[in-house]
Amino acid sequence: MATTLTPLSTRPAADAPPTRRAARGRARRRESLAALGMVSPAVFLLLLFFVIPVVLAFALAFTNARLVSPVPAQFTGLQNFRTLLDDPLFYKSLRNTFYFAAVVVPLQGGLALVLALLVNAKVKGVNFFRTVYFIPVVTSMVVVSILWTFMYQKTGLVNELISHLTLGLVHGPDWLNNPSTSMPAIILMSVWQGVGFHMIIWLAGLQTIPQDLYEAADIDGATRWVRFRYVTWPGLRTTRTFVLITITIAAFSLFAQVSVMTQGGPLDSTTTVVYQAVQTGYAQQQTGYASAISLAFFVLVLAVSLVQRFLTREKD
Amino acid sequence: MSSIAALAAATLVAGCGGAGSTGSSGADGNTLTLWTHNAGNAAEYGVVKQIVKDFNASQSTYKVKIQAFPQGSYNDSVVAAASARKLPCILDVDGPNVPNWAWGGYLAPLDLSKGQVPVKSQLPSTVGTYQDKTYASGFYDVALTLYSRKSVLKKYGIRVPTLDKPWTKTEFTDALAKIKAGGKFTNALDLGTGDPGEWWPYAYSPMLQSFGGDLIDRSTYKTAEGELNGDKAVEWGKWFRSLVTKGYAPQKSSKSPGDDFRNGKTAIQWDGSWSGQANVDKFGSDLVILPPVDFGNGPKIGGASWQWGMSSTCSNKEGAQAYLNFSRQTKYFVDFAKATGTIPATDAAAQQAKGYETGGQFNVFLKEAQKFAVVRPVTPAYPYISTVFSKTAMDILAGADVKGALDQAVSQIDNNLSTSNYSAGS
Repeated sequence: MATTLTPLSTRPAADAPPTRRAARGRARRRESLAALGMVSPAVFLLLLFFVIPVVLAFALAFTNARLVSPVPAQFTGLQNFRTLLDDPLFYKSLRNTFYFAAVVVPLQGGLALVLALLVNAKVKGVNFFRTVYFIPVVTSMVVVSILWTFMYQKTGLVNELISHLTLGLVHGPDWLNNPSTSMPAIILMSVWQGVGFHMIIWLAGLQTIPQDLYEAADIDGATRWVRFRYVTWPGLRTTRTFVLITITIAAFSLFAQVSVMTQGGPLDSTTTVVYQAVQTGYAQQQTGYASAISLAFFVLVLAVSLVQRFLTREKD
Repeated sequence: MSSIAALAAATLVAGCGGAGSTGSSGADGNTLTLWTHNAGNAAEYGVVKQIVKDFNASQSTYKVKIQAFPQGSYNDSVVAAASARKLPCILDVDGPNVPNWAWGGYLAPLDLSKGQVPVKSQLPSTVGTYQDKTYASGFYDVALTLYSRKSVLKKYGIRVPTLDKPWTKTEFTDALAKIKAGGKFTNALDLGTGDPGEWWPYAYSPMLQSFGGDLIDRSTYKTAEGELNGDKAVEWGKWFRSLVTKGYAPQKSSKSPGDDFRNGKTAIQWDGSWSGQANVDKFGSDLVILPPVDFGNGPKIGGASWQWGMSSTCSNKEGAQAYLNFSRQTKYFVDFAKATGTIPATDAAAQQAKGYETGGQFNVFLKEAQKFAVVRPVTPAYPYISTVFSKTAMDILAGADVKGALDQAVSQIDNNLSTSNYSAGS
């Protein structure tokens, strides 16, 4: 009896595990299908606008492709890179790019932090100042560049101000037409334009620091500086890394200001690697060579970012 | 990864093959697309719309649809569309780009013999040819000229030059020195150097040619050696720079040099015929329109402006030809000139466009275009030469060593010419 009953009673139990497993498998498959469906637009767009252009740039850098040409591109090996090494303009562009980054990164990052600390205070009208500092960020860089071009003219606003403030003793230079002042002029404007954005990021970082740490510091009688040095600064570690890397990459890709304000001049004092690549690729139609410049630029930014990641890594 | 590489390679081949013979587009049956750079220019756009409207009404076979682009992004749009084989059937093209686009396979040769206006009666600079074939034709040209005021020239005892007896280099430089010494003007001369891009070769390479140099050796189109860096070219560069060092002209003009002239900041302005009407409106009979300076090799001005052509990928070439031929009516030549203040491309049209008729106050532009116009080098290398020349001229004005800058420009151009295998010549 038992033998006949047992199978009857156990059969469903014995069958159950495989059925449940199958159901679970089906559910998982359905889930992953749904996930695939949801992720596919993003993957498609990434492929179309990121992966393919990058792969194309890599491939084109080794050809003599041109923007307008009746003859198909040919593989030319390292020819473009050899030309690049002999190109005096490339070295000038590199130097200007590094110059810009070396000044802008500490200046903009530091100024943004000072502004963030100022507008983080609990006083009336803080929102007003946050907005004021953020306005240049939401204004298009092209518009900002055109406005500052007017301000930098020989008889423009900047020089009028200098003249008034010094009672007519100092006459400002022709900022954008003088090789020694053109780059500083662009740096000043770029910092002014970008500082609001990084102020917001610093602000977000400041607000993650627990308030009780400040209270504890107050109870211990810490001065403002000591509070900043031992509470705020360590609390901003991750924010710091983020700000550093974003400003650096943005600084390396300097283009719009140069394109609108100086076209790389005077005497190549403001040409940058990205400007040179765009100029070579579009105006001069040398797609292959422009790709080689871009590739060199990519390697450069990658290297600098890796070094920065290494220097700002978590040290245990 | 390998599939991506394959895809990229396929795109690469498709993208770089140029607008070959395989693709065809630009028309949906008998509905043809037309592209123009006039989106930001209501007056000229109005004439284009009128012609299209008249054409669509004149027959029932074809229908033309307009798509207008802002001038700044027009060339990029065409080049991008050509790579994707999506060019329209009918499109306009800036004169100096015609050889490049014809060589690149974007444009198809035209047969314009069925139009009312014969091609032969047009100003030569308004017909875009490459290797003995006509690829484009325009309704108008523009002329470069010097604007000044009678009262100003009289005050400083400066001779008013004529078409037959233009200023010489010495006369011109003396005139500038006198005006500068007078101290009444911010700029004795304004060359309009605030405008980047194609303005530079258009406006300043004629001066180089008047000195006796050129952008390229036009007998072979294979090198710029000796032309762009010869003694004459160096002389031009030194003179060009001296305008700034002597304080005659600003290194970088303001954004609106025309307003500076009309507001009395500038004594003499180097500008195009398009400013003629505004200057007359301001100064009336005091305005003088002066021929370009003869720097030794005769006065020169640039030739060629916007022209119309047909894409090589057009799937309805008969329709495109029909439209282009239809547009060749004297009244449209007149309409364009009136709407844009440009020089009508034919004598017949000039007689009907107010001011351009014989004895009219703007007739001088037509004469300048006939006598002094030099087209920019007819070679597919032109877009490259143009960027190199612009940069070099800017560097010279900013104080670069003239001979060194020109030598470098020549080596860049020659390098481009030798690696690209262009076939050049009109």
